[in-house]
Amino acid sequence: MIKLSQLSCRRGEFKLFAPLDLTVAAGQYIELTGPNGAGKTTLLRTLAGIYQQYDGAFEVEDFLFQGHRIGLDGLLNPLENLTWHAALAGTVVQDEQLREALRRVDMLNYALTPVQAMSQGQQRRIAMARWLLGDARVWLLDEPVTALDSAAQTLLLEMLQSHCAADGIVVCATHTPLDLPGKQSLQLSAVTQ
Amino acid sequence: MMLVRLLGREIKTVLRHRADVLNPLTFLFLAVMLFAVAVPTRDADSAVYGGAFLWLIVLLTNMLALDGLFRRDYESGVLEQIMATAQVPFLFVGLRIFMQWLSGGFLITLLSPLLCLLLGLPFEIFPVVVLSLLAGTPALSLLGAIGAALTVGFARGGVLLGLLVLPLYLPVLIFGAGVINEQLVGVGGTAQLYWLAFISMVALTIGPFATTAGLKISLQMQ
Repeated sequence: MIKLSQLSCRRGEFKLFAPLDLTVAAGQYIELTGPNGAGKTTLLRTLAGIYQQYDGAFEVEDFLFQGHRIGLDGLLNPLENLTWHAALAGTVVQDEQLREALRRVDMLNYALTPVQAMSQGQQRRIAMARWLLGDARVWLLDEPVTALDSAAQTLLLEMLQSHCAADGIVVCATHTPLDLPGKQSLQLSAVTQ
Repeated sequence: MMLVRLLGREIKTVLRHRADVLNPLTFLFLAVMLFAVAVPTRDADSAVYGGAFLWLIVLLTNMLALDGLFRRDYESGVLEQIMATAQVPFLFVGLRIFMQWLSGGFLITLLSPLLCLLLGLPFEIFPVVVLSLLAGTPALSLLGAIGAALTVGFARGGVLLGLLVLPLYLPVLIFGAGVINEQLVGVGGTAQLYWLAFISMVALTIGPFATTAGLKISLQMQ
């Protein structure tokens, strides 16, 4: 569950968007929209606990955060990266699970290639494999469509759908509206100072 | 188990990015060789200067290595993942600093007899130099990491890092060079050695916490 009460983010003295009141229940897909600079990324980073200049309060249960920066170590291969991410979250993944996740994002052939040798889109796919391995209920995604080809975009939609169907929550900031049934849009509006 | 996996990544990244270790070391040896070439005489005075120079150049070498301490992780987004996901980000920070010391300060300590030889220091002083580096270099890594954390968000943070960190290194330089000097004049540098160890212990208690806080501040600016 996610609960925001009178939450607004600041950049110095400047308020980014009008205070938000929102409760997101299990199984919901929330799309954050708004013009450039409206604070979509900042809101997601706030919910992930990375950005701390905010007013109001919020609650987020265990989450997964995917920022603009992909979050994979270029020197390591996908298997090592995914194992490390699991260790970071305090879990252990079996080899078979790793392979299955990589197969799902169609990157099994690159399992031993250093991530820095891959294209942006391929790195994004590896990041999607990471989402599959975690057991986080809430996914906080920042522009997940960036650099994905059409096959990967279809896969992304499938993944988001099945995550919501399994009572997960997805909060996604994007300029490319995703075609998901039952989606809710949250428009961030700039504050008039 | 988690610790082993986290440490595994640190070791792998050091091994796969050897330039981060080798370049500062090469700089150190080059600088020492240049000093040896520039100082033509070998007497008691030059030994004192040699010891002081050794510590000074170890300081600068350490600073060179520090700039890249968190940069790759910051730019790839690994750092924000650590701050968002890890139960104890402090653990990761501690590991990273430990690896930096192991591949920097500790390696220099191991190679320091070679440096002493190049500088023409008397043989009986070698163990003291090794001990002083062993006691002092952890402080360099721990204090330097604070500066590295605060400047990681700047594309050209190198000079600023120097301005932040070098004043903090001052006590280490004073006591580090002091140990060698006192030993050379025959007073015995034990007191200074204890001071070095003390500074390292203090740095160990505050360094990782301050570094974690610094990284959080740097991530706010992104």
